[in-house]
Amino acid sequence: MLLNYVVLTLLLCFSLGPLLILGFNSLKGNLEIGRNPLGPPRQVRWSNYPEAWIRGSFATTLSNSLIITSGTIVGVLLIAGLAAYALSRLEFRGTPVIMFYLLVAGSLPFQLFLVPLFFLWHRLGLVNTRIGLIIIYWAIFSPFATLLLRSYMMALPRELDDAARVDGANEWQVFSRVVLPASTPGFLTVGLVSGLSSWNEFLFSLTFLHDSSLKTVITSYYAFVDRFSVNWGLTAAGGVMMILPIIVIFLLLQRKFIEGFASGGLKA
Amino acid sequence: MKNCRFKLGVSRSNPLIPWLFLSPLLIVNILVILGPGVGSVYFALTKWSGLGAAEFIGLANFARMLEDPVYHKALTNNVKWTIIFLTVPIAMSLVAAYLLSAVKKGQLVFRLAFFLPYVLPSVVNAHIWQTLFHPFRGIGAQLRKAGYPFLDLKFFGDTNIVLYSIAFVDNWHWWGFLVVVFLAAMQGIDPSLYEAARIDGANRFAQFRYITIPGIRPTLVFMMLMTTIWSFLVFDYIYILTQGGPANASEVLGTYAYKLAFTRFEAGYAAAVGVTMSIITGMIVSLFLYLRRRGWEI
Repeated sequence: MLLNYVVLTLLLCFSLGPLLILGFNSLKGNLEIGRNPLGPPRQVRWSNYPEAWIRGSFATTLSNSLIITSGTIVGVLLIAGLAAYALSRLEFRGTPVIMFYLLVAGSLPFQLFLVPLFFLWHRLGLVNTRIGLIIIYWAIFSPFATLLLRSYMMALPRELDDAARVDGANEWQVFSRVVLPASTPGFLTVGLVSGLSSWNEFLFSLTFLHDSSLKTVITSYYAFVDRFSVNWGLTAAGGVMMILPIIVIFLLLQRKFIEGFASGGLKA
Repeated sequence: MKNCRFKLGVSRSNPLIPWLFLSPLLIVNILVILGPGVGSVYFALTKWSGLGAAEFIGLANFARMLEDPVYHKALTNNVKWTIIFLTVPIAMSLVAAYLLSAVKKGQLVFRLAFFLPYVLPSVVNAHIWQTLFHPFRGIGAQLRKAGYPFLDLKFFGDTNIVLYSIAFVDNWHWWGFLVVVFLAAMQGIDPSLYEAARIDGANRFAQFRYITIPGIRPTLVFMMLMTTIWSFLVFDYIYILTQGGPANASEVLGTYAYKLAFTRFEAGYAAAVGVTMSIITGMIVSLFLYLRRRGWEI
């Protein structure tokens, strides 16, 4: 038993140690990092934070990311919720084909459709617009979300919606008044997973948003690290500002996080 | 009775209703994935800069791949990447999940700690390791100053080790995800099996080998299949840390196709590379399904 704890603690240091060093470095001046790049700061320097906030234009990029992430969550929940209802409650011939597509969509390389998509978005004037990126996220996150919501809705007892149908409710009413409220936990999980995935997404936001006033916090940080590569105090402070909100949400909603992401591996 | 009435109700209702519910999903997916995906198959047969007209050239792009040393290098690196990720993180996470499944106190803390890097953005994770692996200020340099020069390497600058260095960073953020998945599977194993094994005098390794591994086999095989697929699609950490360099030493198909399309304006050739990535993925899945149909217990 003791051996278990020794090995697990070593692995815990491996996981968290680098994050701790990032926290240390965010409080050091450049001179101190040169002398002491790994240990705790001897002289705490808070000014890295406001400086990184301004130089990294975090106010702009955070609000871009917030807009894009909320737009993604709302759209994915709507798109996947409607589709999951059809696939779990309405019997029709297309179900196997659509299920097959949803499973395949998760393992398609982005490079397969990226180039023609860029061309198409260019034509439609959607390159360098937030909505253009949001629509892409709707498409790439909705297959997994649909599968997850469908398995959630399949587990709900049918008596409730049968009773509503007997009372003369149409499909939209059964969906919005019976199945939707009963699936709230499933929607929360899906919202969390697609929200974090869009917040962290790199490849599409790098490709489709070039204007620095539109960049997300992720691609802007990528450029920021490049520009201030010698000033680790500044880049570390920027990094901490980016991961701290995620860590807080992660700790508050850890069960939902783990349930949602672990099922991504199992059910997709 | 009720069930019967329900079925009647559906058959009487408009057959368009399911499609109405599915239409938003279908529209965005056709617009973003299916349409452009089919477009790629056409553009793969053309010489195309990405803008302007595409010139049909048949299979010339695929013939070019056979002769292209960078393509070969990238494909080889994808295979190496697959081998690394089928072994290192899977072994690490199986051991950790097994040890964790026996632990009562603090299990949640360990689980959260291992999982945390997985939810953090790749750009920050990559930057952390850029500093830790820095040639003058990183861990290696500090150890050298203390008299232990064995880690004094140019992790991201040496063509011989750059791929492994990036794999190390990617694995740092990835393996904890596997711990959570495997732990959940292990908790589904009937505990009486372990008890019976203990009575028979099986030690912990024997229990791991003969009870735990067979008990989580479906999950393990599925994660290995997904690992193989994802290894051929890898992009983020490599692009962020080295963009495939130095001298294509860490190039993979994903980064190569991306650079062909967006920095070298060879979109036709890039589409062809993307098509081969899909073919490889399709072959992996088909092989898996074939073996399963042949009665392999996977």
